[in-house]
Amino acid sequence: MVEIVQATRRHPLQAGQLDVASVSVTLADNATRISLRARDNAVSALSKALGITLPMKPKTSASNGGRAVLWLGPDEWLIIDNADSAVVADLAKAKVLNSAVDISHRNVGIIVAGKGADAVVNGGCPQDLSLKAFPVGAASRTVLGKIEIVLWRTGEDVFRVECWRSFSNYAYAFLQESARDVAI
Amino acid sequence: MLLIKCPYCEEERPELEFRNAGEAHLVRANPIIEQSDDDFAGFLYFRQNPKGLQFERWRHIHGCGRFFNAVRDSVSDKFLTVYKAGDPRPDIDTLLSPAAAEPEPPATKRPRAKKVEV
Repeated sequence: MVEIVQATRRHPLQAGQLDVASVSVTLADNATRISLRARDNAVSALSKALGITLPMKPKTSASNGGRAVLWLGPDEWLIIDNADSAVVADLAKAKVLNSAVDISHRNVGIIVAGKGADAVVNGGCPQDLSLKAFPVGAASRTVLGKIEIVLWRTGEDVFRVECWRSFSNYAYAFLQESARDVAI
Repeated sequence: MLLIKCPYCEEERPELEFRNAGEAHLVRANPIIEQSDDDFAGFLYFRQNPKGLQFERWRHIHGCGRFFNAVRDSVSDKFLTVYKAGDPRPDIDTLLSPAAAEPEPPATKRPRAKKVEV
């Protein structure tokens, strides 16, 4: 006797109500974000001003308290800090040539956490997210579905997805759909 | 999915992060005002587009954002090597000799040529 399993009907506008226990997709708190560009000879002065040594190796990040610096390119970093951070004032103290652009409101952060979080992100991101290839602390600009994101692994089962504000609806719905698919 | 090595990120990344940026090693004449119209048209418009090995610029646009150069076979889509922008053009014979052949990941060895969006 074949048992018929009927799929649960889901309303298309139900995106905000995720009933998956294994992986949670939540919005990150508001944050201060800086896009920092500088040449090699300015790195030490900027590191001193920030209180964090700027990471120079690809796909790495460095953090100190709530403040984190993510390597995006050979001369490009993304700084993420609490919403009431003094990072702009700190950077102004460095008297070396650099470009620090406040992009706090351009980006939206989404936290994907729980067992199987890597599979949820892999639902739209083609990078190898195994712990060997993408260890805790690794960060990279990459793609999610049809948008560009910055992906940062903050824990073994925790990812922070930073996307642009106008793409945030897409990213949020995408990750929630993906979380349903990989629900354990 | 085709994996492409980025010389700046120093690892192989999925092709979706990359964008082709045309032929490599085009040199702008200096001073360009003294160049003939035909030579300038050659610089601006005419490309080799060979069937086989070609030198190409690529951009890791959804990654580190950097332009780099690559030697790619336009038939098999196999990348022979990648090198940073500004580095001299590598010698193809050296690359093709078995001694210099690096072990490529199986993903790049697929015989079916896959079109990469420009």
